[in-house]
Amino acid sequence: MSRRSTFLLSALVVGYAFLYIPIALVIGFSFNESRSVAVWSGFSTKWYAALWENDALLGAVGLSLRIATVAATVAVVIGTAAAFALDRFRRLPAKPAFALLLATPLILPETITGFSLLLLFVWLEEAVGWPGGRGATTITLAHVTLGIAFATVVILARLRQLDRTLEAAAADLGATGWVTFRTVTLPLLAPAMLAAWLLAFTLSLDDLVIASFVSGPGSSTLPMVVFSSVRLGVSPQVNALATLLVVAVTVVLGLAAWLLARHERRRRQAA
Amino acid sequence: MSARPSNANAGSFFVAGLPYGWLLAFVAAPLFVIAAISLTDPAEGVPPYTALVSRGDGTWRWTGDLDNYWTLGGDWHYVAAYLGSLRVAFVATLLTLLLGYPMAYAIARARREWRVLLLTAVMLPFWTSFLIRVYAWIGILNSNGFINTALLDLGLIEEPLALLYTEFAVYIGIIYAYLPFMVMPIFAVLERLDRAPVEAAMDLGARPITAFLTVTLPLSLHGVLAGCLLVFVPAVGEFVVPELLGGSDFLMIGQLLWTESFQNRDWPLAAAIAVALLLVVAVPILVLQKLSPRATRA
Repeated sequence: MSRRSTFLLSALVVGYAFLYIPIALVIGFSFNESRSVAVWSGFSTKWYAALWENDALLGAVGLSLRIATVAATVAVVIGTAAAFALDRFRRLPAKPAFALLLATPLILPETITGFSLLLLFVWLEEAVGWPGGRGATTITLAHVTLGIAFATVVILARLRQLDRTLEAAAADLGATGWVTFRTVTLPLLAPAMLAAWLLAFTLSLDDLVIASFVSGPGSSTLPMVVFSSVRLGVSPQVNALATLLVVAVTVVLGLAAWLLARHERRRRQAA
Repeated sequence: MSARPSNANAGSFFVAGLPYGWLLAFVAAPLFVIAAISLTDPAEGVPPYTALVSRGDGTWRWTGDLDNYWTLGGDWHYVAAYLGSLRVAFVATLLTLLLGYPMAYAIARARREWRVLLLTAVMLPFWTSFLIRVYAWIGILNSNGFINTALLDLGLIEEPLALLYTEFAVYIGIIYAYLPFMVMPIFAVLERLDRAPVEAAMDLGARPITAFLTVTLPLSLHGVLAGCLLVFVPAVGEFVVPELLGGSDFLMIGQLLWTESFQNRDWPLAAAIAVALLLVVAVPILVLQKLSPRATRA
């Protein structure tokens, strides 16, 4: 083996070890008998049982799932519209400004996004009496905004690759714009929309900083509950929760990848 | 579409208007509000800031001022937080590049059937909770954590090393959290790179390292720049990593913003902190905006 490939191989080994050993340790020590997350003292699943007793945590999981579902769905609808506007509308007014606004939540530090939305909601409340306090609604609005930015990137990439002759053929055969969209464009975009939905859903489920800024008393999402317990120190119960999250994400992603691969295969066979 | 032009126009208006309206309301407007409130003074009650214009004797009077910015610029506590955040973000970005570039290069040179798997493996941690990934390092770096326990058991050290609650721990956390953002854009550029110039350089007698430094690296520079900005910008305003892994000797701007708004409830000052931070990151964001169409189309 040449010196160059030895170097590249070790870069990969070090990189992936760095990425995966911490997660592996978290998972491993979630089954530890003692409270330690560094010294192994025997196998136990008691920390998982303790999770089921934790009502604050279960309530937060429910709230987070509700917010993430609504936010991801709205974000995909608006993100699809934004992708169309960018790709298809030549005369979209102030297109660079539109693109800049879309990219802003992608890259702006979360602390700024969260705090500026908090001030907006407080100011709106003063000015027009809406949104009537902060909680699930304001968190959802914030997460839709974050989700649109990511969803548009994913959907736009697919829309640009789309074979436009298929839509032209449908139009030639007399289909109206809406019928063409529903029967031709939408099915072709569906895989990208699913990927965008999953991304927006995960981002919402994972967000601590923005949600903390725009939430109110009594509406704590899962990351907020995890954060307050992490601040008190490490505990195998948090490890157990982390393990469940990793497993859930892996299963959902695996399922999505399988669905997308099957979709792609069928499309190839049909073509 | 030509069959029902009026309907199509109404549809287009809606398709463009919905995202446009949402972005103006929830991305542009908040930035204006934050800028406006940074010019006010803190007040008791709801909302906890004074009005920007007040009405007295039947006339409107402007009452905003730059006091909060003078406070920021004049207090070493705040200046140190800005300089410290910039330094931490800069060093962390550099370290992420040093780990990320060889990884991206190795993935791009791997066999085609391996590439998807290797890339997925880079992206997978990104899908798992950010908080959990940062939390994982507490258990590793703690004084009774994994590294210290192992080193003590091996007899290599007498006393636990102070690893957690240090700047070192913050670097580790940032590199760990943002590595995928460095690897992806660099990989995207390297994968499409034309091998011909590199081979030409080698044919002309350049050593591999010379060929890399004079041909490959310059050609992949916009991927490097995109990756660095994607790491640097969020890192400057980072809150979770320094809060969980960092020491108490200095606060990063993100923590300062958090403290001023939640504990001190000084929203005008917090707004000024945010605006100043925004100005710091606006330059790289605008550069990225100029760069991204080229990076995605190349």
